Amino acid sequence: MSRQETDSSRRQFLGQAAAAGLLIAPGVMLYKVAQARTPEMPASAINRWGMLIDTNKCATGCSDCVSACQTENGWGGKNSNEKHSAITQKAQWIRKVKLTDKLSGYVQSLPLMCQHCESPPCVDVCPTGASMKRADGLVLVDKHICIGCRYCMMACPYKARSFVHETLTGQKPYAPRGKGTVEACTMCVQRVDTGRTPACVEACSGEGHKAMYFGDLKDPASEISKRLKKYGGSEIRSDLDLNTGVRYQGL
Amino acid sequence: MAYSQRLSRKAIAWLVGAILVLPLTASAGVPVPVIPKAKAGTTCVEPANIMRREHMKFILHHREETVRQGIRTKKFSLKECIACHNAPDKSGAVARIGTPEHFCSTCHNYAAVKIDCFECHADKPANTHYRHSLAEGKTPHHPGMKSEDKVLSTKTLEIITAKGEKQ
Amino acid sequence: MKTLTYKVIDGNSKGYLALLAILGLFVLAGAVAFFYMEHNGHWVTGMNDQVVWGIPHVFAVFLIVSASGALNVASISSVFNRKVYKPLAPLSAVLAITLLLGGLTILVLDLGRPDRLIVAMTKYNFKSIFAWNMLLYNGFLAIVGVYLWFMLERKMNQYSRYAGFAAFFWRLILTTGTGAIFGFLVSRQAYDVAIMAPMFIIMSFAYGLAIFNIVTIASYSWTNRQLGDVIFERLRKLLGIFIGAVFYFVTVYHLTKLYATKHHGVENFILLHGGVYTDLFWLGQVVIGMLIPAILVFHPALAKSRRALVTASALVIVGGISQMYVTIIGGQAYPMVMFPGKIVESSFFDGGIKSYIPSLPEFALAFGGFALSLIMVALAIKILRLLPESLSDAEIAPHHKA
Repeated sequence: MSRQETDSSRRQFLGQAAAAGLLIAPGVMLYKVAQARTPEMPASAINRWGMLIDTNKCATGCSDCVSACQTENGWGGKNSNEKHSAITQKAQWIRKVKLTDKLSGYVQSLPLMCQHCESPPCVDVCPTGASMKRADGLVLVDKHICIGCRYCMMACPYKARSFVHETLTGQKPYAPRGKGTVEACTMCVQRVDTGRTPACVEACSGEGHKAMYFGDLKDPASEISKRLKKYGGSEIRSDLDLNTGVRYQGL
Repeated sequence: MAYSQRLSRKAIAWLVGAILVLPLTASAGVPVPVIPKAKAGTTCVEPANIMRREHMKFILHHREETVRQGIRTKKFSLKECIACHNAPDKSGAVARIGTPEHFCSTCHNYAAVKIDCFECHADKPANTHYRHSLAEGKTPHHPGMKSEDKVLSTKTLEIITAKGEKQ
Repeated sequence: MKTLTYKVIDGNSKGYLALLAILGLFVLAGAVAFFYMEHNGHWVTGMNDQVVWGIPHVFAVFLIVSASGALNVASISSVFNRKVYKPLAPLSAVLAITLLLGGLTILVLDLGRPDRLIVAMTKYNFKSIFAWNMLLYNGFLAIVGVYLWFMLERKMNQYSRYAGFAAFFWRLILTTGTGAIFGFLVSRQAYDVAIMAPMFIIMSFAYGLAIFNIVTIASYSWTNRQLGDVIFERLRKLLGIFIGAVFYFVTVYHLTKLYATKHHGVENFILLHGGVYTDLFWLGQVVIGMLIPAILVFHPALAKSRRALVTASALVIVGGISQMYVTIIGGQAYPMVMFPGKIVESSFFDGGIKSYIPSLPEFALAFGGFALSLIMVALAIKILRLLPESLSDAEIAPHHKA
């Protein structure tokens, strides 16, 4: 091709690319703004779901978040699904942790669940790939291929995962769980996928405690992003550099 | 050859013969499955003859989409299958997976194929009224229907199946 | 040396049949324990959400590590060209295979979903050291199988050196992988340290040789075959060297951990105040597993005593199992440090030492796996021509002074 021809064909290409970009851009912007995606749309990396917990507002004796999770996902005391398991064997997706400072005696409380890390050690070590990170940041167990080796439980720095030690019968239809597989907080993926908030956050805000927030960490306009920007937030075991999706204030 | 050798050879021959004949006894006395009839006016998401052969293919594909990608379309969702495919057992309550009246068990017991799904998945819908908005005796249209705590009573079932209401 | 005659054992004696029967009973108990655990779920075991790996894993990892070490004698003969070890190389290879199979059996049967073994063999997450280990273990079985074939079939003997090299490097990678299972974990204070990989390699040398010594000496003495002083001395001295090496690595591991303030908690737990873990470390791992065997092996008066070497080897095995218990279970029992400087309490047992009481089904499964390895070796020496008819000094090295 002669020099003039290559120049004009380059110009044409650039022009077409720019036009295509202009056409697509509004669609991309609109998709980003829309919160609830329709059922046939897959989860995408445009979102990153996270939680913010304000430990200053978390009361030591309160466990509303735990009860809500139990009711929503079908584990724990009220459901008494695990009749044979010892107390150390029963699953706990979320628990309240009480911290007492050794030097000052200062007491604080916080809920602890799967931190939905960006670099989850549990996903790294799973031999079959059952422990997975979804595109929108949720760390889940694909119980279809979980072989129950519990290596992820060894690897999790937050002891977030539980193993089901006996046959279960009364599972909730939207939260399957079964003997021999490993499970953990899913950030109520069944709720998040339909535009709602996790049960724990809903219970906490419903009772007026205002200690837990949920939202899209990648959306600067979401409440959680604004709060993080204004008040800051820290990760538990931040030295591990896992970039958790759950952040705490007051730690 | 020695008597003991002949005896042991005979014993082995009988044993092998018995083992070879065993499969013939398999079909003797096993009742063919009695699959609960669909309610009038309802069909499955795919024709029955396709579903019978291919339901695992649909289920396996859809589970990958749902778990790994978060695609939650209703067609081929196991939860939606169970929402329709539940039948009463002898006591009138929704049949559970251990009983022969459970929809999946009717064929699977006959085919002797163990079902893995219900190790984890709920084998009955959470809300057994799902198929219809019955409103439990609160509306003038369905005054006579009551439920006993998420269990379909026999009377309710009769009304549902006889009237053949649309979902 | 002269061409040796390899001969199967007679295997008709009451003693041999009794051995098979006893081992068979243990294997049966293991199978019963597996069915009981799989049917009911793990609630019947002592393992829980805090200590997720228990006695089965202690024995499984021990057997897998020993399997790699049991190949040592064959490796020394092929890779390092020490011809005096060549007669025992086939037994070494078979023992490596059976120990690995026993360990893997325990591991697979303890899975929450052992019916999904096919899934584990077909879906791999290649970032997981566990996934790599599955490939390494199966590859080991294949490579050592080929190695054994080359050793046993005369016309393939010329290639056994190459198979020996391959097997040697493969098992170094394999044992590195086994140590890395723990070494790669950032979550727990007792792990997250690179030395675990080479430490496991050195431990494999000691544990594998200990089991090999017992199997060899028992095979020869119970079949009234001769085991000469030349080969005996080699086995004895080798065990002594490996015990010394293990001692070095254990010392370096603990000194490293002791130096960092953040690890003082876990070191305090293991070395001083951990109850059963402290006892198992000092008494089991150090005294029984290293000090007493070292005395038995190196004491001049016991230089020719078969009994002393067998005892020393048995004590090394006890020490090895103690070490695995302290590493695997002690490492889990010590709480993760999520909030440094705070006292932590929760309903999920954060903050405190985790409780673990091993249960009978776990012991049955573990012993069953060990028995499975031993029964396979016992049958192998009857089916295959693995053992030279005589390993007396006259046969091995007529010009060598013991």
